Amino acid sequence: MAAETVFQARGVTKVYDMGEVQVHALRGVDLDLFAGELVVLLGASGSGKSTLLNILGGLDTATSGQVLYRGKDLTRADDRELTHYRRHHVGFVFQFYNLIPSLTARENVAIVTEIAEDPMSPADALDLVGLASRLDHFPAQLSGGEQQRVAIARAIAKRPAVLLCDEPTGALDSLTGVVVLEALERVNREMGTTTAVITHNVAQAGIAERIVHLRDGLISGIEANPDRTPARELTW
Amino acid sequence: MKTFDRKLLRDLYGMRSQAVAIAFVVLAGVATYVAMRNVMVSLEVTLDSYYREYRFADGFAAARRVPELVRERLAAVPGVSALETRVTAPVNLEVPGFDEPVAGLLISMPEDEQPVLNRLFIREGRLVRAGREDEVVLNEPFAEAHGLHPGHELTAIVNGRRRVLTVVGVGLSPEHLLQVQPGTLFPDPERYGVLWMGRHALAAAYDMQGAFNDVAFTLTPGTSVDDVIERVDLILAPYGGVGAYARDVQPSHWAISEEFRGLHTSSTTLPIVFLAVAAFLLNVVVSRLITLQREQVGVLKAFGYSNAAVGLHYVKMVLVMALAGAAAGIGIGLWLGALMGDLYMEYYRFPVLDYRVSVPVIVTAVGLTTGASVLGVVGAVRRAVSLSPAIAMRPAPPPLYRRTLLERLGLEGFFDQPSRMIVRNLERQPARSLLTVVGIASSCAILIMGLFFTDSIEHVLRVEYGLSQRENVNVSFVGPASTSAVQELAALPGVRYAEATRAAPVTLRHEHREYDTAIQGIPPKAYLRQVVDTELEPIAIPAHGIVLTERLAQILGARAGDAIVVEVREGARRTRRVSVAGITQQYVGLAAYMELSELNRLVGTGQAVTGALLLTDTRDGEELNRALRERPQVASIVSQERMIASFRETMDRSMLTMTLILTVFAGVIAFGVVYNAARISLSERDRELASLRVLGLTRGEISFILLGELVVLTLIAIPIGFLLGAAASAGLVQAFQTDMYRFPLVLGRKTFGISAAVVLGAALVSASIVRQKLSHLDLVGVLKTRE
Repeated sequence: MAAETVFQARGVTKVYDMGEVQVHALRGVDLDLFAGELVVLLGASGSGKSTLLNILGGLDTATSGQVLYRGKDLTRADDRELTHYRRHHVGFVFQFYNLIPSLTARENVAIVTEIAEDPMSPADALDLVGLASRLDHFPAQLSGGEQQRVAIARAIAKRPAVLLCDEPTGALDSLTGVVVLEALERVNREMGTTTAVITHNVAQAGIAERIVHLRDGLISGIEANPDRTPARELTW
Repeated sequence: MKTFDRKLLRDLYGMRSQAVAIAFVVLAGVATYVAMRNVMVSLEVTLDSYYREYRFADGFAAARRVPELVRERLAAVPGVSALETRVTAPVNLEVPGFDEPVAGLLISMPEDEQPVLNRLFIREGRLVRAGREDEVVLNEPFAEAHGLHPGHELTAIVNGRRRVLTVVGVGLSPEHLLQVQPGTLFPDPERYGVLWMGRHALAAAYDMQGAFNDVAFTLTPGTSVDDVIERVDLILAPYGGVGAYARDVQPSHWAISEEFRGLHTSSTTLPIVFLAVAAFLLNVVVSRLITLQREQVGVLKAFGYSNAAVGLHYVKMVLVMALAGAAAGIGIGLWLGALMGDLYMEYYRFPVLDYRVSVPVIVTAVGLTTGASVLGVVGAVRRAVSLSPAIAMRPAPPPLYRRTLLERLGLEGFFDQPSRMIVRNLERQPARSLLTVVGIASSCAILIMGLFFTDSIEHVLRVEYGLSQRENVNVSFVGPASTSAVQELAALPGVRYAEATRAAPVTLRHEHREYDTAIQGIPPKAYLRQVVDTELEPIAIPAHGIVLTERLAQILGARAGDAIVVEVREGARRTRRVSVAGITQQYVGLAAYMELSELNRLVGTGQAVTGALLLTDTRDGEELNRALRERPQVASIVSQERMIASFRETMDRSMLTMTLILTVFAGVIAFGVVYNAARISLSERDRELASLRVLGLTRGEISFILLGELVVLTLIAIPIGFLLGAAASAGLVQAFQTDMYRFPLVLGRKTFGISAAVVLGAALVSASIVRQKLSHLDLVGVLKTRE
C-alpha cells in the first residue's frame, strides 16, 4: 500500500493501577494505520481494543512504547499538545454517544465546529448522516440510532484526519446499527477520513479494508479484506 | 451566543431548584453581612458628624453653686477652647393624661440663640425666647412618648410649687442621645425626659441668678483632658464641685459608645461567621455539583476543549448562581440595613441617619462568596480534568466498598441489607460524609448563635430582677436623707415593706487601674437587695470591706482579700483603703456594695440614706405614686416592672431584631445545604437506585436507602452543631461584654430545640422533594444506557 502512514504504534503497553491489582490492558502492540483506510478492530470484551483506540486518539496515554501520528510522538505530547491534537485532527464516536443533553442536535455539533479551523456547517454535517430534519431536537427526543448519527456528525463536522469509533453500534439494534455504519462508510468514502471502528461483532468486520484482531492485550492477527461487504448488506 | 454558553444556560435551567437553593445560601450570607456592616458604618458616620456639627462638649463638670465670675477662670484654663456655663435641675413633672410619675432634667440654654456647645437640633417649633418664663423645648423621644407638640402644656413641680410650662419646640441634643434617668440603665421616654429652658427663667426658679451649677467645655486639639479636669476640679472645689469628667464617661456618650462597641463586635463577627459558613457550604455544594459533571468534562476534553476552557465554563456556571445570590443579597441587605437603621434611630435619636452604602462592605461580601465558589469549582474541575478523557467519560469505576466497622464487630445481624448499604456508603466516603455533616452542623450552629441571646437575656432578668433586686419600686431622694425618711415611706398606703439604700459616687483604684462607679450601701439582713455570689447563692453583706461585681473586679484586677483604694466623690471626698470582701455576680452595671453603716462611715456623713426600696401592693399603685410624687425629698420613682419592660424593649430593639434576621437567614442556609446534599446524592446514585427498583424494591425501600443516609448525617450533625454553636456563642459572649452589661452563656432547651427543629424541618422538606423525584426515576432509561 502506497498510502501515507497515519499512525505508527510500537510496543505499546497500558497498565491500569486499580489500587490492589494491576490490569494489563495492552501488553506490547505494534500497529500501522494508513491514510484513508477503514479498519475494524475486532476483539472480545477486555481484549484491549478500546484502550488502544483511546491511546491513538490522545484520550489516554500509554504506559510504555511509542505512538507516532504523522511522525509526531503522541506518547511524549503534553496535555496542551494532546488537546490541540484532539481539537484539530481527531473525531470520536462513542458507544454511548456522549451527547450533551442540554444541547440540540445542531448545537451538539456546533460546540465542536466553533473551536475547529475549517469545519463544515452543523446542518451539512447532520445532512450527511441523514438527520437534516432533526436539527433542533434534544438528545432525549432522538432515538438511539439518531443520537449516534448526531455523534458521528459531531465527529466529522470539523473534517478530522482520523475518525475513531468505539463500538458505535454497541447500544443499537441491528437495523439502526446498519444505518450508523452506512454513515461511517459514507464519510470514509466521500471525505477520505482514516477511520478505525471497534467492534466485538464479527459480522460488522466485513465493511473493513483491514481487520485487526485483538486478544488479551495483544494483536493476534491482521487480515486484509479485499471483498468488502457494504454496510447495508450486513445482518447480525 | 456561543453554543458553550447556551449549554451553560440550559444546564442552569435544568438544575434551577438547586441553583436557587445555592443562590439563597449566598443571599443569606451576603444580606446579613451587608445589612449589619452597612448599618454600623452608617451609625458611626452619623454619630461622628452629629457630634461635630452640634458641637458636643469634650468635658463636663457639676457643682453646687458657682458664681458666674468663676467662668473667666475656667475659660482661662490652658487647653479649654470653648466653654458654656449652665443651670441644671432634676424636676418632677406631671403630664396631662399620664398618671404615673415622670421625672425630668431641666437644662438651661441661652434665650433666642443656640448654646455654644451641645447645640439643639430643632425638629419642630423654635428655641426659647427672652422674657418668657414658661417656655421649654422638649427632647424628642419624651415629646413623642406623650404626643406633646409646640403649644401643649405640662406641669413641673419646682421647689414644691406647680408651674405650668409651655412647649415651644421639640429637639435633640448630642448630649442626650440616650436620655437615661440616673439610677436606671435604659431609656424610658415616657417616664424620664430632658427639657431645655431659658437660662434666666431657670435661674430664677432655682435661685441661681448670677451663678451656674454645670459647665461644659471643649478642648483644643492635643490637650490632655486629665490636666484640664484636674484644674477645673481645683477651681470648682470651693463651690461644691463633684468632679469634672471627660466625654468618654458622659452618661449618654458612654452608653452609646458601649452599645456601639457591642454592635460593632456583633455586626463584625456574626456576619463574618455567617458569610464564612455560607462560603464554605457553597464551596462544598459546588464541588460536588461539578464532580457530577465528570463525564461531560471528558467529552468536552475529547473534542479538544482545553482544561482552561472547561474550567472557565464551570466557573461561569457557578458565578451565575453566586452573583445572582450576591446581587439579591446586596439588595435585601441594603433594604434590611435601612430598616435596622430606622429601628436604631428610634433608639439613638440622631437628627437624620446618614445611611451610607459602604463599598468595601459590598466588595468584601461579594468577593468572599464568589471567591469561595470559584475555589470550590476550581478544585472540582481540577480533579475532573486531571483524569484522561477516556477515564472521565466512563462512569466512575465501582467504588471500593469494605466491610464496615459494624460488620467487623459482628453486628451485621442487627442490620438489614438497605441499612448496611447506608452504613457502607457513609463509611466509604468519610470525607464527603464529614463535609455534609460539617455543613449541616454549621447551619445548626449559626441558628444557635442567633437564638441564644434570648436565653441569655431571660437569665439576666431572672438573676437581676428575680434574685438580686426584689423591690417593686425604687425611690431615690434629692440628697442624703435620714433613715426616718424610709420609715415615713414604709407608712404610706400600699407599702408593705421598705428598705433603706445608700449610693455614693466613688473612684475605685487598684494598682494602676481605676474605675468610676457608685457604691451601694445595703443594710444588714437586707431582704429586697440580695448580693449573690458567682454561683448565684445569696451572700450576707459583710460588716467590713467591699463587695465587687465580677466584671468590676476583673477591670480592677482585684481579687477577694486585696485592698483597693476608694476615693469618695462627694461630701468630704475622703480616700480610704478598703479590702475586697467578696465577689458578686451581676450582669447589668458595674456596682460595688458595702454594708450601709460601713459606707456611711467611709463617706463620713453620719447615718444617711439616698433612697428606699419598696415592696408594694400593686393594686394601690396609683395612690402610692401620687403620695410619693407629693413628697419634696423624692427625686425619682422607678418601678421595677418598668425597668424590666424598658430592658426588654432595649434588647428587642438592638439584639432581637438582629437575632431574628440571623435566625431567618440561618434557616435559609440550613435548607439550602440540606436540599443540595439530598439532590446531589440523588444525582450521584439515581442509576443504582433505579436498578434496585428494577430488581423489585419498592419506592419506600429505595427512599429509605437514599434518605436514610441524609437522616443519619443530619442526626449526627445536630449534636455537633450544638457543640459548635455553644463554642461560637461562648466566643460571642466574650466579644459582646461591655461595661454596661454582659451576657452570660446560657443555652436553653428552647434554643437547642428550635435549632434542631429548623435543621430537621429543612431536611424533611428536602427529603420530601427528593422523594417526589425518586418516584419519577426512569427505570427503562437506566437499563438502556450504560452500566
